[in-house]
Amino acid sequence: MALPQAKQDALAARIAGLDLPKGGWLGEARAEALARLTAMGLPGKRDEYWRYTDPTALTAPQASAAVFDDSDEPPVFDAIDRVKLVFTDGIFDAAASDDPALAGVEIERLALAGAANIHWAQGLYGVLEARGQNPVPRPLAALNSAFATDGLLIRVTGRAAKPVSLVYQHKSESSDAILHHVIKLEVDAELTLLENGPAAARFLKVLEVEVSDRARFHHIRAQGRDHERLAATHIFARLGTESLFKSFTLTANGRLTRNDCVLELTGDDAKAHVAGAAMGDRDFHHDDTVFVTHAAERCESRQVFKKVLKNGAVGVFQGKILVKPGAQKTDGYQISQSLLLDDDSQFLAKPELEIYADDVKCSHGSTSGAIDETALYYLRSRGVPLKQAQSLLVLAFLAEAIAEIEDEAIADDIRGRLEGWLHRHES
Amino acid sequence: MLEINNLHVKLEDEDKVILRGVDLKIGPGEVHAIMGPNGSGKSTLSYVLSGRDGYEVTDGSATLEGEELLDMEPEERAAAGLFLAFQYPVEIPGVGNMTFLRTALNSQRKARGEEELSAGDFLKLVREKAKTLKIDADMLKRPVNVGFSGGEKKRNEILQMAILEPRMCILDETDSGLDVDAMKLVSDGVNALRDGKRSFLVITHYQRLLDHIKPDVVHIMAAGRIIKTGGPDLALEVENNGYADLLAEVQ
Ligand SMILES: Nc1ncnc2c1ncn2[C@@H]1O[C@H](COP(=O)(O)OP(=O)(O)OP(=O)(O)O)[C@@H](O)[C@H]1O
Ligand SMILES: [Mg+2]
Repeated sequence: MALPQAKQDALAARIAGLDLPKGGWLGEARAEALARLTAMGLPGKRDEYWRYTDPTALTAPQASAAVFDDSDEPPVFDAIDRVKLVFTDGIFDAAASDDPALAGVEIERLALAGAANIHWAQGLYGVLEARGQNPVPRPLAALNSAFATDGLLIRVTGRAAKPVSLVYQHKSESSDAILHHVIKLEVDAELTLLENGPAAARFLKVLEVEVSDRARFHHIRAQGRDHERLAATHIFARLGTESLFKSFTLTANGRLTRNDCVLELTGDDAKAHVAGAAMGDRDFHHDDTVFVTHAAERCESRQVFKKVLKNGAVGVFQGKILVKPGAQKTDGYQISQSLLLDDDSQFLAKPELEIYADDVKCSHGSTSGAIDETALYYLRSRGVPLKQAQSLLVLAFLAEAIAEIEDEAIADDIRGRLEGWLHRHES
Repeated sequence: MLEINNLHVKLEDEDKVILRGVDLKIGPGEVHAIMGPNGSGKSTLSYVLSGRDGYEVTDGSATLEGEELLDMEPEERAAAGLFLAFQYPVEIPGVGNMTFLRTALNSQRKARGEEELSAGDFLKLVREKAKTLKIDADMLKRPVNVGFSGGEKKRNEILQMAILEPRMCILDETDSGLDVDAMKLVSDGVNALRDGKRSFLVITHYQRLLDHIKPDVVHIMAAGRIIKTGGPDLALEVENNGYADLLAEVQ
């Protein structure tokens, strides 16, 4: 079925200035992604998955300029021993990066590795994304696979001794970055991936992760602090037998953030946890869209999303657990909660369960509430000043999401970042 | 220490008057007890003194060492030395008891211009106080009052009091829910804080507690007023005869 003319025109305008490098295995993958995108068209306000979030700013031909907040606050993860790899305005910045040598980990630049005829990433690049297009189309991810300007291909064969840390910087105020990373954890491998930094005025990112049998992947990212920023990110992950996938995202500020996470549990006894803590002020719009597919037995999935909203900020959560026939003994948990610090802010949640196996345990819950006045009074009666008492209760509210971070030092770092944010807003 | 004059309080959102002219004067080092029928306004008095929302003071004053309490925020009252051990301690999921205690203590010290306690010194202080109240390490680690038994919550209130060292302590039915041994423990904790300067206002229904914490003065509150004031004997009289005679007397 051909797309309506208006949709074709909108897509043509959006991709007009973008480069589609040809040749090599990557050229083929890009061409296939473009074909997917052309069949789908860009997301529109009437699309099911964009009902609560207006994609216009993401689909517009140009990124609007963003004023970045260059506060002197030290970046998150600075104190963590890590291999730091920097992208500036969407291009790998070797001069600003550490030497990417890490035992058990092979790291290549997408822009350089794509020209070969065969590559391990061939089986994954755009492949997990394409799998994730069903049952719900995610055109921005296909656009990313076609036009990514750079990214990393990371193959993990052992236990990485320290985290690989991707840091996104910007120089231009109107940068429009498209990054695509592929990570493959071989059997028994383990990696922690950190991501932070403002990246660009408009940032499209895809992370495809294959977690092989008994491998363990930890992902912690901190988005935001720049209020103008737009970002649409996608994680597509496939999990093997007894593997572990854990992803936590902190979002503070940003005008529009859409984080899609598509997880497929294909091996028995796998565990996938995805969590987010978001704090938004004013014209902040934050959308977490999660789709977890249980396609094997005795797997566990957890979705824990918490949002603190004030001054008219909007939070969205769309989370689905799909349990396929035969995925017995599935343990699925999903919670999405918002703490509304005033009456202007709103939280829109669409939790969904679709279950085709009979022996499963799935629960989901969604709540929206104000700060607990009695707890606030109790704290104040012990001498804790109002603003500080509020901050304590906000942190307490977010605690369940932060608890999903396994590494204590990283969790403390994230907590410190939150405290700093709260402190600056204690006025 | 604490001086309450002609205090009238109604609910903020309703035309319900709860306190109808309370007068009370507690000198330094004194222990006063308030007894009185259910619903007579004892807890309301303690809430109004500590600054809880939802009440409107229509007349009167309450001063702590000459300073008007009713003009202060709850945290300022705490820093000025007022402490209320709650009849129903509040659960705060997600906030660890230790974090809570430390934040409270350091906030008060900061407000008074004192130096904050270091993590090490604080830990030492808490361990010592917790030990005498038989509060185990697990209770200190857990979120504030979450999953605590009734008696554990009350002991946790006294632990806070012991750490914050307020000048004016109000105990609202701290004895309810305590077993006999815990009552002794808590009373010992309170008595240990009696130093001749610190004052106490003990709200209770039972003479039992007053056997342990010996009051200098006993007040009877009914329908939002102090209707009778006397010595420790007054509590015994209530224990033996109930409130009927006392209420009849004033009518
Ligand atoms: N927020 C409120 N809303 C409605 N009624 C209230 C409120 N606070 C207090 N009251 C009412 O005011 C009266 C006094 O209550 P208070 O809790 O002070 O009594 P008390 O003397 O402490 O009783 P008890 O011995 O049972 O603890 C009661 O009738 C109570 O129902
Ligand atoms: Mg009461």
